[in-house]
Amino acid sequence: MHALEYAMKKTMYEKIWDSHLVVDVAGQAPLLYVDRHLMHEVTSPQAFEGLRLSGRKVRNPHSILATMDHCVPTKNRDLPIADPIAKKQIETMAENCRENGLNLYDMKNPNNGVIHVVVPEHGFVHPGMVVVCGDSHTATHGAFGALAFGIGTSEVEHVMATQTLPQKKSKTMQIIVNGELSKYASAKDIALAITGKIGTAGGTGYVIEYTGSAIRELSMEGRMTLCNMAIEAGARAGLIAPDEKTYDYLKGREFAPSGQYWEQALAYWKSLPSDEGAVFDATVTLDAADIAPQVSWGTSPEQVTGVDGVVPAPESFSDEIKRQACENALAYMGLTPNTKITDIAIDYVFIGSCTNGRIEDFRIAAEVAKGTHVAPGVTAIAVPGSYHVKQQAEQEGLDKIFTDAGWEWREPGCSMCLAMNGDELTKGQRSASTSNRNFEGRQGKGGRTHLVSPAMAAAAAAAGHFVDIRNL
Amino acid sequence: MEPYKKHESIAALMNRSNVDTDQIIPKQFLKKVERSGFGQHLFHDWRFNDDGSDNAEFELNKPAFKGAKILVAGDNFGCGSSREHAPWAIADYGFNTIISTSYADIFYNNCFKNGILAIKVDKEQLDKLMAEIAANEGVRFVVDLENQQVTTPGGNGFSFEIDPFRKGNLLSGLDDIGLTLKHVDKITEYEQQHKQNFPWLWA
Repeated sequence: MHALEYAMKKTMYEKIWDSHLVVDVAGQAPLLYVDRHLMHEVTSPQAFEGLRLSGRKVRNPHSILATMDHCVPTKNRDLPIADPIAKKQIETMAENCRENGLNLYDMKNPNNGVIHVVVPEHGFVHPGMVVVCGDSHTATHGAFGALAFGIGTSEVEHVMATQTLPQKKSKTMQIIVNGELSKYASAKDIALAITGKIGTAGGTGYVIEYTGSAIRELSMEGRMTLCNMAIEAGARAGLIAPDEKTYDYLKGREFAPSGQYWEQALAYWKSLPSDEGAVFDATVTLDAADIAPQVSWGTSPEQVTGVDGVVPAPESFSDEIKRQACENALAYMGLTPNTKITDIAIDYVFIGSCTNGRIEDFRIAAEVAKGTHVAPGVTAIAVPGSYHVKQQAEQEGLDKIFTDAGWEWREPGCSMCLAMNGDELTKGQRSASTSNRNFEGRQGKGGRTHLVSPAMAAAAAAAGHFVDIRNL
Repeated sequence: MEPYKKHESIAALMNRSNVDTDQIIPKQFLKKVERSGFGQHLFHDWRFNDDGSDNAEFELNKPAFKGAKILVAGDNFGCGSSREHAPWAIADYGFNTIISTSYADIFYNNCFKNGILAIKVDKEQLDKLMAEIAANEGVRFVVDLENQQVTTPGGNGFSFEIDPFRKGNLLSGLDDIGLTLKHVDKITEYEQQHKQNFPWLWA
């Protein structure tokens, strides 16, 4: 291949980057145009305040979709929020959206839910877009072939005022997952296995594109789960090339192109996948068949192993930093080396979050929970990612399966993923959680989090400890 | 934003890797609608005992590190959530400089928006700095952004790389938005083209 021809082969990331470049001059960071701006109540108030103080306006209110999710209660929704500071944050959000003419799905709105669950439900993100949100799990929308990444509050203000962001171009990493997943292994297990393999800083400076037969096989929900956790591997964003599944998912949704525009949009979307022969800066390969259902044992998402494994000993790490991190994690988690994962008893189970709060997640969990009962001493809560997920699950009778099995069936919200709304672990309590982070104190001060898939969480609820669902 | 000036300050040592934003500012403090006052909650769960008293074991509670403006920390500092409350808390507590081998992307960006200079050094350099602080707690380093130099009494000084755009903004204390809006005509022009290319986004 000639050098010129070679240079013309582009990755999907490069195509999206090039088509969104507004200004690229020496001595300044390139300015990238932003198509969609997603918002929630926690990372936006100071941005609105900044805008107000500087006398600036929201440049394109139609590019914004806002929800309330982090602080909202998941029960007794009709009562006023008990926490006065959370209440003020919720009220501030409503006021800011009203003042600026923004589309807000507030707590009482039938479209309400976790931002990264709600946005796809309404077809608000399409392939080829640049999407931002003051939330690191914005990476979720890479499942549609959109360049979607989390930003800070200053950047939220910047995007509101200018519809652009100064950005440094990332490197590209291709993660190839070929082969077939074993029974009950899921997108969540792929995500955890990748983080375990490359580490939480493995993707720093990169945009990851997930490719391979196992990725193509994933549903849109599964792809969202996988891209959601790109940030847990440190990446700026995760991407999956759009295909028929993507188009089928989008067609007919509220903000998806329709009528004369559908074919035009489709033609554009089909031009997005990385060119054959495009060069990535790094490549990582996994075999799906090797991925056992994963369970995190430590306080970082990279501290993870298969359910058939054991809690590692600090000495098993040759790297001094990793050895120390293992020692600290085991002390915090109250675990001893070489304990079988399946011997770890749990107190709490949480199914939900922007990682695993979609209908498919509740279907698979209900399949496992059906006819079982939550083990003595265990509390299990199922928190749908949105009202639409909740409604769909109820139509399918899933809520009944959970409540019959002794679970609580809640209203939508971020809930115990980050425990801002009062749903939390107490000191020393141990959870099986379908969320994305097992940091110290993430689910409550002194709480101990094990990250798992929905099926694994449901099985653990019934047994009171982790079980290898492949053997059920 | 305050312009970043050359300074000589105490360097505090945090010899831990993967310090995440949930630790820097735990979620119970994210409900405020203001930007200020987060410093009192910095590293809350590590810094305070259950009864609210100072945890004497926590490194930043050492009297020798009181008033430190420089934080020397382990790999992958600031991983996790995008919360800008993390750099707000760090700056409000009094730090204006962090030295580590690596940072999480979003956190790194957020630092520069808040007048915090995040310096990257290699592992060997970091080890030297950590050893110097450990041997002489309360030691003061000089940080000179203009000349991209850090000097230490133990002779472990070094020069560092920084993006010229970020450097300029820190030194001038300039607002990013104002800079971008100088290009407002280009943005408008882009939008016109965008409407033609992707009419369904504007329908």
